[in-house]
Amino acid sequence: MSSLTPLTAAELEEWLDEELDAALSLRRTTRAPALALASLTRAKQNFACHWISVIAKTNPELAFHFASQVTNALQQMPTDDTEAWIIQAMDVYDKMGLYPAVAILTDIATFAKASENKSRSVALEEVGPVLELFLQALSGRKLKLRPNERTYTDTTTVYLPATLITLPSREENVRLYKIMAAHLWAQTWFGTFQGTDPQRLVRHCQKFPDPKYAQTLFHALETIRLDACLARELPGLYRELRTLQTASQKSSRWASYVARLETRDATVDDTYEALDALYGEPLPEPHIYQGALNGEAVAVAMGERLDQERAALQAALKQLLADKGPKAPPEGKKRFSVQTEQERAMVLMLDGQPLVPPPDVRALMHSIAQDLGEIPEEYLVAAGDGAYAPEADKKPEDVWKGTYHEDGAYLYNEWDHRRQHYRKDWCVLRELDVQPVHEPFVADTLHKYHGLAARLRKTFEALRGENAVQRRQKHGDEIDFDALVEAFADLHCGHELSDRLFTRNRRFARNIAVMFMVDMSGSTKGWINDAERESLVLLCEALEILGDRYAIYGFSGITRKRCEMYRVKQFDEPYNETVRARITGIKPQDYTRMGVAIRHLCRLLNDVEARTKLLITLSDGKPDDYDGYRGEYGIEDTRQALLEAKRDGIHAFCITIDTDARDYLPHMYGAANYALIDDVRKLPLKISDIYRHLTS
Amino acid sequence: MKARAVEPEGFLITKEPYYESQGDEIILFESAYRNQIPVLLKGPTGCGKTRFMEHMAWRLKRPLITVSCHDDLTASDLVGRYLITAGETVWVDGPLAHAVRVGGICYLDEVVEARKDTTVVIHPLADDRRVLPIEKTGEVLSATPEFALAISYNPGYQSVLKDLKQSTRQRFIALEFDYPPHDLEKRIVDHESGIGEESAEKLVRFADMTRNLKGSGLEEGASTRLLVHAAKLMASGVSPQAACRGAIAQALTDDPEMLAAITELSASLF
Repeated sequence: MSSLTPLTAAELEEWLDEELDAALSLRRTTRAPALALASLTRAKQNFACHWISVIAKTNPELAFHFASQVTNALQQMPTDDTEAWIIQAMDVYDKMGLYPAVAILTDIATFAKASENKSRSVALEEVGPVLELFLQALSGRKLKLRPNERTYTDTTTVYLPATLITLPSREENVRLYKIMAAHLWAQTWFGTFQGTDPQRLVRHCQKFPDPKYAQTLFHALETIRLDACLARELPGLYRELRTLQTASQKSSRWASYVARLETRDATVDDTYEALDALYGEPLPEPHIYQGALNGEAVAVAMGERLDQERAALQAALKQLLADKGPKAPPEGKKRFSVQTEQERAMVLMLDGQPLVPPPDVRALMHSIAQDLGEIPEEYLVAAGDGAYAPEADKKPEDVWKGTYHEDGAYLYNEWDHRRQHYRKDWCVLRELDVQPVHEPFVADTLHKYHGLAARLRKTFEALRGENAVQRRQKHGDEIDFDALVEAFADLHCGHELSDRLFTRNRRFARNIAVMFMVDMSGSTKGWINDAERESLVLLCEALEILGDRYAIYGFSGITRKRCEMYRVKQFDEPYNETVRARITGIKPQDYTRMGVAIRHLCRLLNDVEARTKLLITLSDGKPDDYDGYRGEYGIEDTRQALLEAKRDGIHAFCITIDTDARDYLPHMYGAANYALIDDVRKLPLKISDIYRHLTS
Repeated sequence: MKARAVEPEGFLITKEPYYESQGDEIILFESAYRNQIPVLLKGPTGCGKTRFMEHMAWRLKRPLITVSCHDDLTASDLVGRYLITAGETVWVDGPLAHAVRVGGICYLDEVVEARKDTTVVIHPLADDRRVLPIEKTGEVLSATPEFALAISYNPGYQSVLKDLKQSTRQRFIALEFDYPPHDLEKRIVDHESGIGEESAEKLVRFADMTRNLKGSGLEEGASTRLLVHAAKLMASGVSPQAACRGAIAQALTDDPEMLAAITELSASLF
């Protein structure tokens, strides 16, 4: 496709038939899309064809819909925007599947309008991180932010529109986001849903002939109360909020209730009272920032949370008691109590003595008090033996046994070289512990390599940062008497007196943090696994001499939903019996998805303070996973992950025993950053040598 | 080495430093002092540890010698060294030896920042021997009952490298400091800057908000000291938002998202 003349409909149809074969049927042919595409310029045709084949590799069905829409899109939008439209559809496909993605492809008009309004539109993605911090700082339970068509909160998550173009300028829309978020936060903080009955709002509204109207009226009244709360607590925000309020005519019956709701000690009970009195009044015009009220969602979220937190608090109290030692409780007496002080500060008391609970327990107490207004007495009973322990169902290794969920896992992007974009939150990664195996493997290895181990010790000892005395310094700890005598001699001869008369002790401290990433894929079974484990034993012995900080993680997994990192040794863990048993316990698992493993370990390395950071990979081959993560795709993603590492100042190095590695490793790691070992048995010998070279 | 130029009287604090007691720390310190036990102050930065030491030195009427420890501080920086004057070597006491000689209070601020060998020097001083051996002169300084040793450290910096050894920490009586409770902090900010109760109240609320962000991108929330800085700026006519940005937000972080969030918070509050 190099010439400049546009392709004909027939040529296009033939090409499309080949590309989209899987999505075609008797009734569904490529005639119409080909005809449409034929009307485009050659450059645009190339653009469309490129993306058709890229999308076809992901999903032929999606590609067919795309092929049918792309001409239309290119006529309505410039190429840049069309590309943004494609990427959005692909992201939606990755996250939610085919149908929502097709909906985006079909609805070009909305996207075109949004991109036209680009100068004033704001996406939640842009302001989300700042807003999340903002909400967290405002105090109270940590709220999550999620894009949604309806603006509301279920007291756990704040749902906001994915984009805002309501107001004429970008700044105003950013501000609107902030005010919307703050207003929803106000619902959770100023007690809109406070009370022991999470269903209260729903039940109360059902008493009326028109429950939906009742809830809307309640929301309008509650908004008056919350606005007044905000005016007192956050006057700066309130000033901005005032400019967005819509004035509406209210009958004279409202006045006394509004005045009541605006007083300092008004509670949600006053709002309910006003609702009962004003039921039947016309609804005032809603303010653009107030969103909606979703009593049903709140009831579900709160109901679940109350149960969970009650169990969690009781379990935590039990733990606190256990930590205090086995003192028999005084018969029939409540041991725990809570004293509430000013400004919502609470003190947990045990047998009348104040107790300092750990931060997570304190957060739990605050969360409960935020829901209920106080901590009820029945919550303050330590759990009995055999009580339901909430953490028990959150063990990462059990997650795959039951229904699959992404709670507590790390999400990582993955680079798709065909799209030249990241697939967002594509990989789900969990950290697991290697099951320690208590066998004499470490002792055997040290015995087997005792000659090598001794040599290694010697070379590494020589590397260790030694105290060096620097002579003839301008400043220092001691006087350099040799220099001094010389200087006096000089002085007597009429020369100038040198000022370099001191010695200084300098310790050349090694400031290195090393992360070892060990391939635990199925292909390492046998020799390679043994060699890896032996190498780790020798390395650990050597590194203990050097005093470098190091961590060891194994990686494996199967598909993007199940990437696993196995903790062998963390940075702050000493090299002890458990670590040795874990090294012994390293077993071959599944596949080799390298990109996500590199991203995760870099994240850990970034939290460590060190002048030099190293990521050393021990591997036996190419990146490879069950769901298409192989060949160019895997290599390009790994390369991208390594580029990210470099950007963070982490030096990556790969040691491999794959003899074909010369074909792809230079592309991934760069020419000088890998080492090939042709014989597995040499790995333990070589690796310490390599490490020494790398770090000295 | 300015310390040499100032006589012991120069370290004496004559005017009462403003200090609001948070609990029983004054009584604890006084009895530790009488019983010749050294004191360890723990707490986040800017919560009043140094001010507390000044206050105690004033109460006990002893000179206070403060050493701010840094990662290049060596044992001889504390104990002393030979210098050359007019063709001769002269021994000059370091701040620690000086404090022992004059019977003052030696306060080693952020002691974990110093090199490891310095903490060993204070060991014989910090137990019942109460002596400071000076290797280079062969002298052994014995501390008088008036001498006291206090060190401070911030347990918030959780780094393996910057932890106090058990052999060091178990020689001290530990006093824990934290940001003062709401009302007290308000009073302190008001007293130090004179901006009035209402603005002080808002500043303290602002500090609470930043403390909610600890661990989510902020290493520490705004300290009482930062609040006083902001309050002083406001008292001299700077607008509250500019004062919060300059004295608090920018001091806390360089991260643009975090800065934006903190700026929004101050804009919402004032």
